[in-house]
Amino acid sequence: MSDIISIQNASISTSMYRGAMANIPLAVSAVTYGGVLGVLSAQKGVTWAEMSAMNVLMFAGSAQFVMVDMWQAPLSVMAVAMAVFIINLRYLLIGASLHPVFAGHSLWRKALLMHLVADENWAVTIAEHRKNGTNPYFLFGGGLLLLCAWSCGTLGGNLLGSFITQPEKYALDFAFVAVFAALTLSLWRGRNDGLPWAAAIVLALVSEKFLPGKWYIVIGGVGGAMVAGVIEYLRLQKR
Amino acid sequence: MSANLFIENGPAAIIAASLITYCFRFGGLLLADRLPRTGPLRMFLDALPGTILVSLVVPSAVHSGWQGVVGVVACLAVYMGTRRLLLTMFSGVLTVYLLRLVG
Repeated sequence: MSDIISIQNASISTSMYRGAMANIPLAVSAVTYGGVLGVLSAQKGVTWAEMSAMNVLMFAGSAQFVMVDMWQAPLSVMAVAMAVFIINLRYLLIGASLHPVFAGHSLWRKALLMHLVADENWAVTIAEHRKNGTNPYFLFGGGLLLLCAWSCGTLGGNLLGSFITQPEKYALDFAFVAVFAALTLSLWRGRNDGLPWAAAIVLALVSEKFLPGKWYIVIGGVGGAMVAGVIEYLRLQKR
Repeated sequence: MSANLFIENGPAAIIAASLITYCFRFGGLLLADRLPRTGPLRMFLDALPGTILVSLVVPSAVHSGWQGVVGVVACLAVYMGTRRLLLTMFSGVLTVYLLRLVG
């Protein structure tokens, strides 16, 4: 227990450093994944300035992929906004799940440190929080490293243009799946997760087949977690 | 500053997309402040990280074909054995690379 307290109260720089270190494997995959997007963006005529603005202001990988794909004149702000709305809706859930990490921190700190939340540092932080306890700076340190990695990848790819012509030939597209599969495993809490996870997988696979964008993540995530809620409800009813 | 650093409507689209994304991130956190500490809703929220992640991974893995599915199994084995993410990533990528050479 004293360990948990010491980690939660570790200094800001120590926590940020730890967060950055814990995210190194994901930063490596962010560079390659970003490189792929960068190369793609060069083919679509996206400039380095546009790419940088997306990296710093939005900082969301899959949404950037879709934006790059839509990037040609005449560009509809509404269409871009709608697409990003659907793809990034999951951040509402991700934000909610970070509640215990931010417990007791001021509103300003929350507002500031939430900006650099991506799937990667979120997953690493949640896993760390369950194991040892953590704080928002751990999350933010990871976010800063990912921003650097993501910018290196996307801008490098954008400038080099067609340097990596066939990322899938070297299975670089799989780096993302590989890391996330391992992270998913680390979130397994035991047999009680079985039904919710099974429901999530089925819902995600089915909705991915029939719905556009990233709806499948939202539907699988919410549907699976609802199973956990219903199980708890039935348990309380029985008592 | 040259004018063609951004296409027409480009800055507006990026700003709109960024605002939406930020509102989700911050809004989700604020919303959670008002939620209960026990009961079904709590169980729902506690289950969310795992179910989101599994919903994100499985379809991507399936999209990588049978090589991807075998690759995921290899990743899980390496991760359970070593608990090292970087090693897990490299073994997964190597597995899929080799399998694609064959298949």
